[in-house]
Parts: sequence; structure tokens; C-alpha cells
Amino acid sequence: MKDIAIVAYQQSDGVSDAGAVNEVELIMPVLERTFTQARLGSAQDVDFVCSGSCDYLQGAAFAFVAGVDALGAVPPIKESHVEMDAAWALYESILKIRMGHAESALIYGFGKSSPGELPIVLSQQLDPYYLAPQWIDSISLAAMQARLMLDQGLITERDMAEVVSRSRRNAMSNPHAQLAGDVSPEDVLAQATYLSPLRKADCCPVSDGASAVVIATVEKAREWGLPYAIISGIDHRIETHNLGMRDLTDSVSTRTAAKHAGMQDGRVDVAELYAPFSHQEIILTRALGLGAETSINPSGGVLAGNLMMASGLSRIGEVFNRIVGGEAQRGVAHTTSGPCLQHNLVTVLEKA
Amino acid sequence: MSEEQEVVTVVNAPVYLQYNFTAGAAPARFLAQLKKGKLTGQRRAEPEAPVYSPPRGSCPASGRPTEQEVELSDKATVQSFTIVYIPIPGNVIEPPFVVANLVADGANISFIHLMSDCDNSEVHIGQRVQAVWKPEEEWDYSMDNIKYFKPIDEPDVPVEKIGKLSVTGQEG
Repeated sequence: MKDIAIVAYQQSDGVSDAGAVNEVELIMPVLERTFTQARLGSAQDVDFVCSGSCDYLQGAAFAFVAGVDALGAVPPIKESHVEMDAAWALYESILKIRMGHAESALIYGFGKSSPGELPIVLSQQLDPYYLAPQWIDSISLAAMQARLMLDQGLITERDMAEVVSRSRRNAMSNPHAQLAGDVSPEDVLAQATYLSPLRKADCCPVSDGASAVVIATVEKAREWGLPYAIISGIDHRIETHNLGMRDLTDSVSTRTAAKHAGMQDGRVDVAELYAPFSHQEIILTRALGLGAETSINPSGGVLAGNLMMASGLSRIGEVFNRIVGGEAQRGVAHTTSGPCLQHNLVTVLEKA
Repeated sequence: MSEEQEVVTVVNAPVYLQYNFTAGAAPARFLAQLKKGKLTGQRRAEPEAPVYSPPRGSCPASGRPTEQEVELSDKATVQSFTIVYIPIPGNVIEPPFVVANLVADGANISFIHLMSDCDNSEVHIGQRVQAVWKPEEEWDYSMDNIKYFKPIDEPDVPVEKIGKLSVTGQEG
């Protein structure tokens, strides 16, 4: 089986409201920078393109089709889309390359969440018979999960505040971060609760933006003469949509995905975890069994900015940056989707 | 036991979501000109680049931004059309009416608008038409500033030339 490598990653700045730009205008600048980094002229120079987005975010039907206008699809290109985070578009692209149908792929994700009420919009991804009609928003569900953990003595509010503090401080070196600053756990604890037991700082912000990645077979990456990191494993696991049947204080699917992605086969220097709420980072760290040798969310993670439908791809891109930048030999990127960490995708990256 | 229960076949779960929709930066420039009674298109900042109207922000053929604005004529050519006989709920227009794909002079891509002041049976591809505007005081950020397009007394455009006329209506 051919090894697959990441050769480029770019992300737009996370902003709370991108203003009067549409999806094409959001994507184009990121793709331009990605093409420059990968020394490609356009999407014509890769074998496959796959994107991730969700039309519910901006409330525009077929917005993902309009996104294709950013590609230069004349003459026609091979293109696909997932109504999910673009990390799953990367998964599809890997399958495409593994099947021998492509040697390279461009993957991009974008989201303009500011036009709608994101936590309410996300309620519509719940089971359509019992939960969605109740309009249970994503923050309320996460608050319920945090409450379970606090009441069972699995975490303290201070543990949560420490996650926020580290995110804000790490984000100070991330030029694309939306929320960054020298914030102490005490500063966080001094804040009022927002949706008990969560404080606003425990919740990721709403962000508009896009990110993109180029992958290729290792042979192709060498031919292009680009620095690269190898994707040594990727695995996706899902738990039931019935929240009452899950142990919300654990992430069984993350643990299983990590096992099948081969995470335990070596040291993990860096981990980028898609934890939209502070307590979820603790769940994920425990599920993955990460210890002191692992730098967790050096980018600040999604508490510093959450580009819906692109943040998962960005986690993979951030690990790529650490490896190519020489800061890490091996890392793990985690992506989630659905309420209370329902879907989990784990990607392992290694130095070439 | 189960045969005594009423079978539930329908669950009503209406979805209402509110959005502050924005058209985009490029469409906003187009709409701002339309409010002034000007039909515009946009293209990459290269003289031979295709002109799109209404613009979406990118040149889809190349994926590059359409930074240059081009003023178009309000004369256009019929690229294709359909005659609608079925009343559409919520539509104030009485059938039968003509919906046409029109290419404005100076543009290279069609937009959809209504045709009126014409004999529906005589509408044809290549036919020349011109905008009939609402009174100026009613102009808004909307394609509705143009009530409809009506046929004008100009020779038909051959099919292979449709979408290739300059802003003066000559072969571009």
C-alpha cells in the first residue's frame, strides 16, 4: 500500500463574523495560499478534490456547489463533497488514493456560522424524532455532559479552567487564533457561569473561515520536492445517536479509533484535539491515554477559534506544521462531529 | 398487544431557523450598481477574461477573483427560454409567462429574467430584447428593478455568437 503524505496546509484567520463575504470569497484566498505552498497552479494540478461543509451553517442551499467556483473546474475535475468536517473529506481522499484512482488530492473545508444561531442550528443534527423537535442546542448538551463529570468527581471546575488557560496562552503564538491571551485559571474561574456549569470561556467561539490541505503519495511528494509528513494511520468510529445509551463521561469511540489508527505504536509528541468544550479535552486526553510527553493543542485548539467544517482538517494541518517545522517527530490529530463527541476520527502523522 | 396500538406514520417537527444572509462582496457591488440602474458584470483583471453577470466573486473557469467591474448594456439576447403554464404558489405572475436565459451585451454568461410585451409563440433563441425598468424611485438592490425584457427590432444573433457580443451589441 502506498504511503500518503501531507504537503501543504493553510487556514484563514478565525473571525467571529466574516461580514459580507460569501463562501467562494471565503475559500479563494485560502486556496491561493495553499496552491502557492504546494507549488501548484490550480486544482487542475491535483487528481482529486474533496470538500467538507454544511449548508445549514449559513442557511444557503447548495452553498457547497457554489464553493466549487473557487477551484477553476474548467476543464472538468474529479470532485466530491462531504456534509461533514473536511477531515472526513481527507478520509475520502485517502481512500481514493489507496484505491489507485489518484496520486494527489486537494481537501478544503469552510464554514460561515455567523449568519445563524450555531448552537440552535446544530440541534438539527440530532435524531429527528425525539431530540431535534426539542431544539436541544449543542451548548446545553455539553453542559449536561460536564455536569455528569463534575458530579461523579471525574473533573473539577479548576481542571476545566486550566484547559482554557492553556488554550488562550498557546493561542498567543497562533496567528489565526480568534481568542488568545495571557489568561490564568483564576481569571477563568472568576467568570460567571454561562450555561451551568459551563462558563463562556469553556465553550469554543463561533468562527467563520476555511482551511485547506494537499495530500499526495510519498512518491509524488518527493517528485514535487516538498517537505511532507506521512499519514501513518486514520480511523473513524461512531457512537449511537441515543445520548441516553452512551457513557458521556468517556469517549469509547476515540479510544477505538486511536487503537486502529496505530496511535500506540510510538511516542506521541503532539496532539491536536477537536474539543469544542474544555471538559471534552479532558475526556479526549484520557481516552487517548496521553501523558506529560505530549504537547496538547499547541495551536490553542478550537477553544481559540472553531471553524465549523474546517476545524477538524485544521487539527491535522496543525500537527503537519509541527512535524514539518521540526518540533515533533510524531503526532495525533483528532476530529469530532455530532453532540457530546459522537463521531471521532483519529489521524496519526509521522516525520518522513 | 402491538395490534392494539395505533400505528404512528407521521411526526410533525417543523424547522424554523433564522439567518442574517449576506450576498457576498462581489454580488454586493453588482447590487449597488443595479440600485443606480446599471447592469454590470465582473471579470478577472485581464482584458480577455470572461465577464460574469450576476457575479458571485470568482471566475469559476479559473477560480480567480473577479476584481474588475464592467458596465453592460441593458440589451440582451435570448439564449434559451421556457413558457410557464402552471401557476406557481406564491408567484404573483399569471401564467402563461416566459422565463428566459438572457445574455446582456458585454457579458459572457446568461442570467434568468422574464420576457413580456411579446407574442409568446414568437419567442425564439437569438432574439434581441431590452430591459423595461421600473420607475427610478422604486429602484432597490434588486434584479426586480427590471420589470421584464421586451423584444426589440434588431436582427437575430446566430446561435454561435450568443454570449459573445460586446457592450455595443457588436461581435466582440
